[in-house]
Amino acid sequence: MLLINCPWCGPRGEHEFSCGGESHIARPALASTDAEWSDYLYFRKNPKGEHLERWRHDFGCRQWFNVARDTRTHAIRAVYRMDEQKPEPER
Amino acid sequence: MKSARLAEGGDIDRARRLSFTFDGATFDGFAGDTLASALLANDVAIVGRSFKYHRPRGLMAAGVEEPNALMAVGEGPGTEVNLRATEIELTQGLAARAVNCWPNARFDVGAVNNLIARFIPAGFYYKTFMRPDWGFFEPFIRRAAGLGKPSAEADPDQYDALYAHTDILIVGAGPAGLAAARAAAGGGARVMLVEQDPLLGGSLRWRGGEIDGAPAKEWADELSRGLRMDEEARVLTRTTAVGYFDHNELALIERLVDRDTRLRFWRVRAKKVILACGAIERPLVFAGNDRPGIMLASAVHRYLGQFAVRAGERLAIFTNNDSAYALARDYAAAGGDIAAIIDHRRDSPAIDHALEAGLNVVTGDAIATGGASSLSGVTVRDKQGRERRIACDALAMSGGWSPSAHLFKQSGGALRWDDAQACLRPDRSVQAERSVGAANGDFGLRAALSGGHEAAVAALGELAIKTAPIALPRAADKGDRLKISPLWRVRAKGKAFVDFQNDVTADDIDLSAREGYVSIEHLKRYTTLGMAPDQGKTANVNALAIMGEATGRTPAEVGTTGYRFPFTPVPIAAFAGFQRGRLFHPTRRMPGHAAHEALGAVFEEYGGWLRPACYRRAGETPHDAEQREALAVRTSAGIFESSTLGKIEVKGPDAAEFLDRIYANTMSTLSVGKVRYGVMLNEYGVIVDDGVCARLADDCFLVGTSSSAAEKIAFTLEEWLQCEWPDLAVIVAPVTTAWGVVTLTGPHARDILLGAGVDIDISAEAFPHMSFRAGKAAGAEARIFRVSFTGETSFEVNVPPAAVEGVWAKLMAAGKAFGVTPVGIDALMLLRAEKGYLHIGGDTDGTTNALDIGWDHVLKRKSDFVGRRSLLRPADQARDRFQFVGLEGVDGGGALSIGAHVRKIGATGETEGYVTSSGFSPILKRGVALGMVKAGRLRKGEILDLQDGSKRRVRITDPCQYDPEGARLHG
Repeated sequence: MLLINCPWCGPRGEHEFSCGGESHIARPALASTDAEWSDYLYFRKNPKGEHLERWRHDFGCRQWFNVARDTRTHAIRAVYRMDEQKPEPER
Repeated sequence: MKSARLAEGGDIDRARRLSFTFDGATFDGFAGDTLASALLANDVAIVGRSFKYHRPRGLMAAGVEEPNALMAVGEGPGTEVNLRATEIELTQGLAARAVNCWPNARFDVGAVNNLIARFIPAGFYYKTFMRPDWGFFEPFIRRAAGLGKPSAEADPDQYDALYAHTDILIVGAGPAGLAAARAAAGGGARVMLVEQDPLLGGSLRWRGGEIDGAPAKEWADELSRGLRMDEEARVLTRTTAVGYFDHNELALIERLVDRDTRLRFWRVRAKKVILACGAIERPLVFAGNDRPGIMLASAVHRYLGQFAVRAGERLAIFTNNDSAYALARDYAAAGGDIAAIIDHRRDSPAIDHALEAGLNVVTGDAIATGGASSLSGVTVRDKQGRERRIACDALAMSGGWSPSAHLFKQSGGALRWDDAQACLRPDRSVQAERSVGAANGDFGLRAALSGGHEAAVAALGELAIKTAPIALPRAADKGDRLKISPLWRVRAKGKAFVDFQNDVTADDIDLSAREGYVSIEHLKRYTTLGMAPDQGKTANVNALAIMGEATGRTPAEVGTTGYRFPFTPVPIAAFAGFQRGRLFHPTRRMPGHAAHEALGAVFEEYGGWLRPACYRRAGETPHDAEQREALAVRTSAGIFESSTLGKIEVKGPDAAEFLDRIYANTMSTLSVGKVRYGVMLNEYGVIVDDGVCARLADDCFLVGTSSSAAEKIAFTLEEWLQCEWPDLAVIVAPVTTAWGVVTLTGPHARDILLGAGVDIDISAEAFPHMSFRAGKAAGAEARIFRVSFTGETSFEVNVPPAAVEGVWAKLMAAGKAFGVTPVGIDALMLLRAEKGYLHIGGDTDGTTNALDIGWDHVLKRKSDFVGRRSLLRPADQARDRFQFVGLEGVDGGGALSIGAHVRKIGATGETEGYVTSSGFSPILKRGVALGMVKAGRLRKGEILDLQDGSKRRVRITDPCQYDPEGARLHG
């Protein structure tokens, strides 16, 4: 079970959160093509390595925030608010 | 076998004699005994039957790794099964039975399997029962398989769960763990020390030796007292660490004694973990190695030292390493004879010492054992090939040691093969963890003490806990590495067991190799090796090495299977904790629950709430009640509580803009005091909820949701606001339970509300349908909404939850003259079906979009909203989509079957649609139904076959089949 450092509540166990999947997905405008719209609806990254994803603190502040998690080790490199920039890519 | 209790010594309380039964026979033991040590003290040689061949088996081990002595304890619902006798603390009146035998372990009918053993090798079932097919035989085979039988009744015991955080968690309180705890606690860290046994010390309790000049056991007891006084140290005995998860979270199972609660499930998050889990001795693989009386050398030693029980009276020792030699000394000191030490190795200083001490050392291997119900002798073949028989009634074997790396492996760490010590040992850590002592492959007392001590000092340093230097505890041994010469199997005729619990022999591994199952994972699945409750604790390393020999690979090349959670079997109930029965999923009750109960409501659960399905009167069926209640609404008045309806306040300067993006229809044009029906879609264009939205103020809306969607929609609104439109100045406040709701509906609804007292004008002109007013009603401050779920004039009276019972009582009293009738969900669903009102999730499913229910007009809106783009896709606009319609029987008869499909008259093949809602309308005196039909809205009037075997035909109609003009609604 992950230990997630909620930006508002501090470190809490994973069972208090739910994962909302990949973050930083831009919502296309109404004028988008079917291909763009379908990419937005159905296609997600599935990296072996760092994944930027959004989590919600269900049993706490109910706020969304972003997590940079390594899908191989579950190591969390960064936690950042929705209004913060994503971290520099790992070197 | 002539095992006996020694006259003195051991961690037992000889003043407390306990009586217990095993397979119905009564025995005595002492407080401090395990069931296993007490059975051995009573010279009970056979304690169980093997899984497949039902061979008689005796105790092999003294700890968690015991493969043979599986017990069922207790009677009736509280029965616990498949417990290891070595872990069961003896209590007065304990009643234990061996699990895999009938009628008992000594005389087992299933032993017939042993006579045909050579016909049922690994893979036998798969190969033999292929025709006609496996499914035919499987039920019979399954019935014969499996170990103990748990009770089918509910478990009467209680279970507990706790979370904990600590600086340093130490698993295992043997020499390494104690040295770590001593340094960590002495350094001022918050420490948790976890030990599976009732007493701390591990091997210090029975192996002898000295630490800092004191006998090792006294050193452990002294330290134990100190730790228990330390407020920052938590010592959990009778507690097994069973799992190691991400981010240094460990799962512990604590066995509670003398309490109603049986087990406590701990989830501990530790900054640093020290794994001092010790090592497990390996059996040697030779013909007849499973005969009762043959035990691990460490087990014989532990029974002797910790429980003062001597296994047998004449002991042979078969070893390939030095560790068993200390046993010879202690066994002789306890009055036993050492028949021989059979050492696989040609030479070793230990052999020389033993010869000097006058012991009979044979350099060679055991190739057979003899004895009827238990061991009578062992046949030895020496290095020159000479064979001879040595009489003995106990045999201690040691094939080397396997570090208990289960938790380390679960943590993600990698093992490596140590060729010199013939074991897999921790190599690379992934988490904040250190393995120490025997668990790290550092055998010997001195190595254990220094390993534990240094790990704790390093952890303190990493945690930046400053402390005065603490002296390293000193032991006399040289801390040498284990001197061993690998011996993975002795080739001789007869069954040589590798996995004792699942009856897998060395020959089975050869067979597996011959048939191509050479991967350790395939070997496991083909032979079931390592799959029993003990998960191969004593078997796995021998097995992978034998597979290596059979295929010309080193053990390192063969590799190992995973070490899975949990380390020892855990009852599912321990994970459930108190979340079971009524507490598994607490049901919510409405504020007026007691009033409905008093009226004879039949409650059912709807979206987590207990709500009246109907109010049955004497002599009524549920259907009768539904019909009576529905008719009352149409002809006089009904009353129901709808407190469960979801209510979410959406407030802020951008609230109107936000809701325009959320709803498929426009909300910003709603004026204050008005209410509008709305539909919400997800991004796929699929309808997720509907309800009414009221504008409470210019910047404040009350979003109504269906009862079961209240939580979900609140989360959805938050997600859009926080993740997509953080620029909108809006707050979302779920207020569902802040309001109780009592609804009056029917032609006399207004009369009744007036009768109960209301301080606002509720005439149809002053207070029209789809609006709301605030005022005092039936004695309570209220928000009254004129919205309708039934198609009749309705008043939804929203009041503080505490006022619900009072309001309900006043309205019932005022309604008496009009025959006001409490209405359950059954009748309400019928009434809304008459009106053609959509039921999300009932009439619609995960494919129904806004266009399918006739909401094409939303595409004329100027702005974007959630799901709009998806509605533009060709598939979403396809002509043959299922569309929402009404259905009526052409015969004018009763209700249609819900779920029945419809087809063109006389046609077969693909469905044209199906019935989603149906009932018998008491006001129309015929069935009414709703359904989804392909291109249904263009096919009004068409007649179709109903595919339910009734040969009835249905006509497609408008969804609304009662009062289509809405005169009653607006009245």
